[in-house]
Amino acid sequence: MKEIDLVVIGGGPAGMAAAISAHKNGIRDILIIERDSSLGGILNQCIHNGFGLHIFGEELTGPEYAWRFAQQVEELGIECKLNTMVLDISGDKTITAVNSTEGVMRIQAKAVMLGMGCRERNRGALGIPGMRPAGIFTAGTAQRFVNIEGYLPGRKVVILGSGDIGLIMARRMTLEGAEVRMVCEIMPYSGGLTRNIVQCLEDFGIPLKLSHTIIGIHGKDRLEGVTVAAVDKNRVPLMETAEYVECDTLLLSVGLIPENELSKEAGILMDPVTLGPVVNESMETSLEGVFACGNAVHVHDLVDNVTKEAMLAGECAAKYILGSGRSEGCKALKTVAGNGIRYVVPQLVCKEALGKESKLFFRVDNVYKNIRIVAAVGDKILYETRKLKVSPGEMESIRLHASIAGSMGDEGEIIVSLEEC
Amino acid sequence: MLYDVIIIGSGVTGAFIARELSRYQMHTCIVEKESDICMGTSKANSAIIHAGYDAVPGSLKARLNVTGNEMMEMACRELDVPFQRIGSLVLAFSESEREKLVDLYERGVRNGVKGMSIISDSEIKQMVPNVSSEAAYALYASSAGIVCPYELTIGAVENAVENGVELKLDSEVKQVRFEHSQFVVSTGKEDLRCRYLVNACGLYADTISSMVGDDSFVIKPRKGEYILLDKSQGCMVGKVIFQLPSHRGKGILVTPTVDGNLLIGPSAQEVDDREDKSTSASVMEQIIRGARKSVPNFNTRELVTSFSGLRAAASTGDFIIEPSRVNKKFIHVAGIESPGLTAAPAIGKYTVEILKEQGLTLVEKTDFNPLRKPVKRFRELGMEELNQLIRKDPRYGKIVCRCERVTEGEIVDCINRPAGARDVDGVKRRTRAGMGRCQGGFCTPRVVEILARELGIPMEDVTKSGRKSKILMSKTK
Repeated sequence: MKEIDLVVIGGGPAGMAAAISAHKNGIRDILIIERDSSLGGILNQCIHNGFGLHIFGEELTGPEYAWRFAQQVEELGIECKLNTMVLDISGDKTITAVNSTEGVMRIQAKAVMLGMGCRERNRGALGIPGMRPAGIFTAGTAQRFVNIEGYLPGRKVVILGSGDIGLIMARRMTLEGAEVRMVCEIMPYSGGLTRNIVQCLEDFGIPLKLSHTIIGIHGKDRLEGVTVAAVDKNRVPLMETAEYVECDTLLLSVGLIPENELSKEAGILMDPVTLGPVVNESMETSLEGVFACGNAVHVHDLVDNVTKEAMLAGECAAKYILGSGRSEGCKALKTVAGNGIRYVVPQLVCKEALGKESKLFFRVDNVYKNIRIVAAVGDKILYETRKLKVSPGEMESIRLHASIAGSMGDEGEIIVSLEEC
Repeated sequence: MLYDVIIIGSGVTGAFIARELSRYQMHTCIVEKESDICMGTSKANSAIIHAGYDAVPGSLKARLNVTGNEMMEMACRELDVPFQRIGSLVLAFSESEREKLVDLYERGVRNGVKGMSIISDSEIKQMVPNVSSEAAYALYASSAGIVCPYELTIGAVENAVENGVELKLDSEVKQVRFEHSQFVVSTGKEDLRCRYLVNACGLYADTISSMVGDDSFVIKPRKGEYILLDKSQGCMVGKVIFQLPSHRGKGILVTPTVDGNLLIGPSAQEVDDREDKSTSASVMEQIIRGARKSVPNFNTRELVTSFSGLRAAASTGDFIIEPSRVNKKFIHVAGIESPGLTAAPAIGKYTVEILKEQGLTLVEKTDFNPLRKPVKRFRELGMEELNQLIRKDPRYGKIVCRCERVTEGEIVDCINRPAGARDVDGVKRRTRAGMGRCQGGFCTPRVVEILARELGIPMEDVTKSGRKSKILMSKTK
């Protein structure tokens, strides 16, 4: 059985940055396993720009951003297996993978990097009632058809969900000559970045219907229309507002779910809120030597953050392989999502293992204005700041400076919460 | 060409009749109105092989249920179809309900069902721990099981075609005439002639029957909606869990599927529109509430999909399998609602007997092969076998559907088999590509590409399920 120091699962932005970082930190025996025919991951189909503002100081398109890393991977001579699907990770870090040329193979890894990204929530999971015609796509699948295959999935479009992918596709379909009739969003606020609402909807005159959802799908062979209704504050449809909207295409942008079939099968401890693995400050999961980064851990808004997170994970994986990683006796504090917070990553923090770039990432559970963000252990406030506005669609972070680490004790939990100003 | 027998309808009923006929020397043809086989009730039902205590003793349903149940193991082995005889429980929540269980038990005895017993709450708890502790008694039937109903239908049609039966798709029968001792079946595309005509038209059995002037029964469609939960929920119960049946049907069941999902349903609503396979929010809630009575703790957040099927219930209440009073060479095989799936192999034999009685000569073929060419499924094979397979055909090393582990090799194979897939749903039913958690989000573009390539058609012409269900509009600018 082949033995490799670091096996990276996924050659998207997370996997590539992690592999490059591990290399920079002294590891040479690295293998990236990627199921698609090229590196880049989901970025390959994100042809709009806006990537890399923080990392490169430029606004690149997805493929351009990905290419910068793919180039480095090649220059560093990091081995990649493309068109290869990982089937299994065992508890002792044996990877089973398959491709057309080598068949089913087993690889023993010293360390594993999980960079599988995420998948989209679909109509089936939502249980939208009605018929089952052609013409219903998740936004990402439609994006693949348009940007990679070169086909238009529809001409008269309704979009459910104002997350970034839905907003981006509203613009994309319009640019290809389709009529996007509306974007419906069940919450009273949009889930996407403000800049996307402006650049994708407002600039094109596409109506955004907040507190609206789709309660029926009509059409036998191909979609003919949907029934749209307003919802009350408990997100229950108000039947008297039901309206039939004619369309031939429904795009769903209703949530991303970290891909974790492999993690679950390996017995890795999962976080029921993020739906990704529980990780510590070194991006290590509950399975020793198995690290994770990117959307597989929690869904990011900015690929720049994925890159930074992956660089940290790669560095820590390298240290682990070289035997200089975090010590066994490291006492980790749990991070807790307090008032107004949906989740915090990492879920475990050991102050001795914190680095210069260590951060706590979190998302809020609603739109709040004029609030204070507080991180505290018991009564001791480690950090606080004020913000004019926070929303669930924009991930926030707290940098864990050395001074913060210094004030952390060995006991208790780090609670991140929102408080009134 | 004068066919000996034309079978109208390629559901599980038509499929098994065709397969049975293909044992004999004659020209048989299946005529199907949709773009693929198995497009009706056979692809949207509870997938249960019933023990046979439900049906009224003496009815055709009762007889053919029990015989079909006995034949199912061998049929599934020959056709390479998954089948698990896991057993079933009908739950009773009170003493008075227990009496109804006794009724069912006695009915079962009269119908010839073996392996039944009435068990108490502690035995229920031991057998299926996740069943509600309110369940006081249950009728246990060891001969019940679960199957893949569309794979069964597809397997039977494939085997029939391999043994010489012709299949005509996109051929809706518009008119039937009887002249010079021959039926002339007009599909709008062509006129087909045959000596015997079998009506296996499911929801439209009465429509076809009227074409020969036989209005002796009416089909009353009854919709059943279902909910399919994730494979993580599939181990909630290890047996089919029923509640007491009512006049509307067998009630809401909770069952594992052969693929490891958890299936809940069906509802029962009479509908007028035979094409109305819509689901509704209120019925879904009703099904969940009803199912929780049997199994309180399944997790509905793990919803994979929901769907509905229409039962082709005959106004007579029983199967109608007999020559038409108007024309004895026109054989009805109608009203095949539950336990139609279980009865299918028996219905096949029984129908051929009827044809024989009506003068059809049966001379056995010497080269009839009951074994369908086995399907190589990546997810079922071990590492050694897989590597041998991939060396021979590298496409079996390219995973297209990662949720269900379906390879390009399997997809290409299912398109190129007899009665092969011609659209995305056809590939889905034959390989499971698209049935997993992401519901085709990842694999659909690839499946469309493979279909276009194998069928030699442009991507824009690939459909979801035939006719006008195109997936793509055009190329981009």
